[in-house]
Amino acid sequence: MPKDSGIGASPKRREDVRFLSGTGNYTDDINRPGQAYVHFLRSDVAHGRLNNVDTSAAAAMPGVVRIFTGADFEGVGGLPCGWQVTDRFGEPMQEPAHPVLAQGKVRHVGDPIAAVVAETPEQARDAAEAIEVDIEDLPAVVNMKAALADDATKVHDDLNSNLCYDWGFIEENRDAVDAAIKGAAHVTTLELVNQRMVANPMEPRVAVGEFDRGTGDYTLFTTSQNPHVIRLLMGAFVLGIPEHKLRVVAPDVGGGFGTKIFHYAEEAFCTFAAKAVNRPVKWTSSRSEAFMSDAHGRDHVTRIELALDKDNNFVAIRTNTLANMGAYLSTFAPSVPSYLHGTLMAGNYKTPNIYVNVRAVFTNTVPVDAYRGAGRPEATFQLERVIDKAARELNVDPIALRRQNFVTEFPYATPVAVEYDTGDYTATMDKLEEIADVAGFAERRKKSEQAGKLRGLGVNCYIEACGLAPSNLAGQLGARAGLYESATVRVNATGGLVVMTGSHSHGQGHETAFPQVVAEMIGLDESMVEVVHGDTATSPMGMGTYGSRSLAVGGSAIVRATEKIINKAKKIAAHLLEAAEADIELKDGAFSVAGTDKSVAWGDVTLAAYVPHNYPLDDIEPGLEETAFYDPANFTYPAGAYACEVEVDPETGKVTIERFSAADDFGNIVNPMIVSGQVHGGIGQGIGQALLEQCVYDDDGQLLSASYMDYAMPRADDVPFYSVDHSCGTPCTHNPLGVKGCGEAGAIGSPPAVVNAVIDALQSGGKAVDHIDMPMSPARVWAAMNA
Amino acid sequence: MYAFEFDRPATVAEAVAALAAEDAQALAGGQTLIPTLKQRLASPSRLVSLSGIADMKGVSTKDGVLTIGGGTSHARVAAEAEAYPALAAMAGRIGDPAVRNRGTIGGSLANNDPAADYPAAALASGATIVTDRREIAADDYFQGLFTTALEEGELITAVRFPVPQAANYQKFEQPASRFALTGVFVAQTADGVRVAVTGASEDGVFRWKDAEAALSEDFSEGAVKDLTIAPDSMIADLHGSKQYRAHLVKTMTVRAVRAAS
Ligand SMILES: Cc1cc2nc3c(=O)[nH]c(=O)nc-3n(C[C@H](O)[C@H](O)[C@H](O)COP(=O)(O)OP(=O)(O)OC[C@H]3O[C@@H](n4cnc5c(N)ncnc54)[C@H](O)[C@@H]3O)c2cc1C
Repeated sequence: MPKDSGIGASPKRREDVRFLSGTGNYTDDINRPGQAYVHFLRSDVAHGRLNNVDTSAAAAMPGVVRIFTGADFEGVGGLPCGWQVTDRFGEPMQEPAHPVLAQGKVRHVGDPIAAVVAETPEQARDAAEAIEVDIEDLPAVVNMKAALADDATKVHDDLNSNLCYDWGFIEENRDAVDAAIKGAAHVTTLELVNQRMVANPMEPRVAVGEFDRGTGDYTLFTTSQNPHVIRLLMGAFVLGIPEHKLRVVAPDVGGGFGTKIFHYAEEAFCTFAAKAVNRPVKWTSSRSEAFMSDAHGRDHVTRIELALDKDNNFVAIRTNTLANMGAYLSTFAPSVPSYLHGTLMAGNYKTPNIYVNVRAVFTNTVPVDAYRGAGRPEATFQLERVIDKAARELNVDPIALRRQNFVTEFPYATPVAVEYDTGDYTATMDKLEEIADVAGFAERRKKSEQAGKLRGLGVNCYIEACGLAPSNLAGQLGARAGLYESATVRVNATGGLVVMTGSHSHGQGHETAFPQVVAEMIGLDESMVEVVHGDTATSPMGMGTYGSRSLAVGGSAIVRATEKIINKAKKIAAHLLEAAEADIELKDGAFSVAGTDKSVAWGDVTLAAYVPHNYPLDDIEPGLEETAFYDPANFTYPAGAYACEVEVDPETGKVTIERFSAADDFGNIVNPMIVSGQVHGGIGQGIGQALLEQCVYDDDGQLLSASYMDYAMPRADDVPFYSVDHSCGTPCTHNPLGVKGCGEAGAIGSPPAVVNAVIDALQSGGKAVDHIDMPMSPARVWAAMNA
Repeated sequence: MYAFEFDRPATVAEAVAALAAEDAQALAGGQTLIPTLKQRLASPSRLVSLSGIADMKGVSTKDGVLTIGGGTSHARVAAEAEAYPALAAMAGRIGDPAVRNRGTIGGSLANNDPAADYPAAALASGATIVTDRREIAADDYFQGLFTTALEEGELITAVRFPVPQAANYQKFEQPASRFALTGVFVAQTADGVRVAVTGASEDGVFRWKDAEAALSEDFSEGAVKDLTIAPDSMIADLHGSKQYRAHLVKTMTVRAVRAAS
């Protein structure tokens, strides 16, 4: 019998009622008295010198409150980068200044030049059109290889070059890897592109800044995945506002996918301007603005080599990647192609020698940062593609080749600096073969062929390091922040609980899942537990939600705080029951004395805590509220095996996904329905990347895919019904819930399965195609078939 | 969007009069015009809504000719043009339900987007575009990308489609917009076969005369399967090369003939 409450049950998501009934409270729903509106004048050229910005005519337009330019921010800090990567020569990365409004130069289409604050959004926009900007066009640096040429135009005049860093991981492994490849029986090489993506959360970004002249307090309402991080970055590094004078609120947020982690210029602007004009200032991004101002994702160009011995054992992996940073370093940009990518290059396999080289490059494009999976999809994609190619070259079954090389003993220390605590890759592969009905594929292929279609089966594995992260390890690797999580559990007098978490829910279902954990621990109904998040004024300092960390790290903090609550409540119960604390048992929301029928209810204890008439005041304080900070001992390592079956129309190159199966090991599961939903969404985004989405610039740095007319988002009919399974869980060994995180898995694990399937289909039709870059649009597949 | 005046006349005559004002523009379903206004790419002083003109709405059939009012929505055509199933099916695949319930045949033909569906249907069917002042044969009406024979302030009040003996429209969708990456409408009439192609050419909708000649001889897949069309004047963009579009023109023509016969 499936449980109907607590850990392992699938109650419907309580937050969905308000999301689906139009009663959510999103940032754009927030309107403050006296609010003015800002419109940003953005660069329409990719690279240019700002000779002059003349705002005089615009300033006289109706409704204009004030116009700001880069000059207004000269005394203000730039947007900080939260991660410093050290290059393979021991030098720090090159780190350019990132002003709130452009100073001296514009560096990408969309770079904000000026900001008009006016009575209405329309007036702000009208006036922005009247600003006269004198820009001297400079050659745009778009292509990464060209950006690294000796004579390339520099995106940042004060840096040595367009190279942010040249990173080697692990540099000491380099010679051994080279030697292993030289001596290998077989080496498979693959060059591929992991294309630039736009995250496109349903809700565009919004910021409302407010300044209270009476108290000197600032408030920023913003569409963020981590309001505390924004408070720290913006307060300490940009505007110089101490945290106790700055409140950051991220209310309901309509999807993030990584792009709402970062601290953006518009947030700093609205907060700064609110004081300058002494009115709340609001900005709501249009979809067009989102395309040119939200941080993009991926954008790697990679060459990977996989070396095997004569028995087809993997002996070495060597990769060389160019990673696009865009024009500035977004908050966590440098970490994505380095530590979030290189550390995963072992995949699920025991390869003794691995070396990863990444050169991160500045170009005149929108900054690139974490997008669902962040670095790990890029690692998984190249590895799982090159394994498939190797299997084909060696004429062995791609599943068998993977199985043969699986890591089977845990803990397993990889050559790329991480230690997998637990996993069972054979079990997930067995499960995958079962749910994907791999045995029945040949039959299905026959049917497709009879209908004139080519059918292919693609399989891959993935592993990710998530539950970011042990703070001390992250610190050694260059993180300029801690990566713990916090929770305060407040029990009210009448027994209800409020969990204030530093995690942030922007679609993940925390308001449902977290109460399941707390309710289970105490033995209460979930409806007695409320989750509060997204406000620095109510939650303790937390690091927010990304990297599949909320349950593994934030949930662990909640467990620790709840344990403290239970310990204190037991003391109170012992006093009320006149028994020894050691004899008190908590079950189904009641405290009893072991071996007796004496008990007190949860509510009696909580009431006593706040009405302490009969209370051990000498031993413990009144009240029942506890805070815990949890810093994980290791990453968690979700892993799994995915299978995709496609049909390719040989006449048009159109790919249709016929089946998609996913067997995941997420450790223990709190809410299976939510987990399935996360996997579904992730696979949808992975299929989007594999078949549809691409952000494209032309040679002049103009964005060609600047709207949904050209940027193809996956729609319901682009994806099949998924078959997902998470029964092969091997509990994480180092967090109290034994959970691993599931938010990114689908996006990490699915693109290689789709590409492998398409290649398999084309090969079955006698086409000698061994790679097609994503997105595998009909035009590209047709071109590959007819090359 | 910039500010504008707004009219909602009840008759064609009133609408034409209102459109005489400087920089006035007709507003039908708004599915093209409203996004354009929101992006501030157009700044009409006055919008003249056609939605209140009852005479411009409806679908009727008489003597083998299907007549659609210029203000009729795609959804209505999909539901009511039973007399011309290929046309009804085409209308039923334009955009999404919201677009089909707002967007109109007049708006689509007036706009003449190089990837729109109706131009292919009108041209292949040898339709007649009826305006407030004259009748224009489809062959004379389409004059290149976003360009038509319409004069300033001239309104499409109806479109007359002679119902062919057999017809079919094959639309290969552009993955993002789901407009036609290439769409081919084939119509067989007593006078021969007409093949109109949308989405593919830099010059907008066009008739593929080689295919028409071959199919007029022999209305079968075999008649067209070895034909080719030169890629030179095809569109090349993110979604497909010239060669790919030329290939799709042929492939969609073959499919349309197969489905129609
Ligand atoms: C999301 C989306 C998807 C779409 N997908 C498709 C698709 O797959 N295939 C396709 O073909 N189209 C598609 N369209 C376009 C759609 O068909 C529009 O309805 C059509 O292009 C314009 O019709 P409208 O009635 O909305 O005209 P409006 O937008 O109101 O007007 C368009 C232009 O025509 C003029 N005009 C309008 N009516 C008349 C008239 N009776 N006489 C003279 N001039 C007139 C207007 O002044 C304006 O210049 C799509 C649109 C959207 C928004």
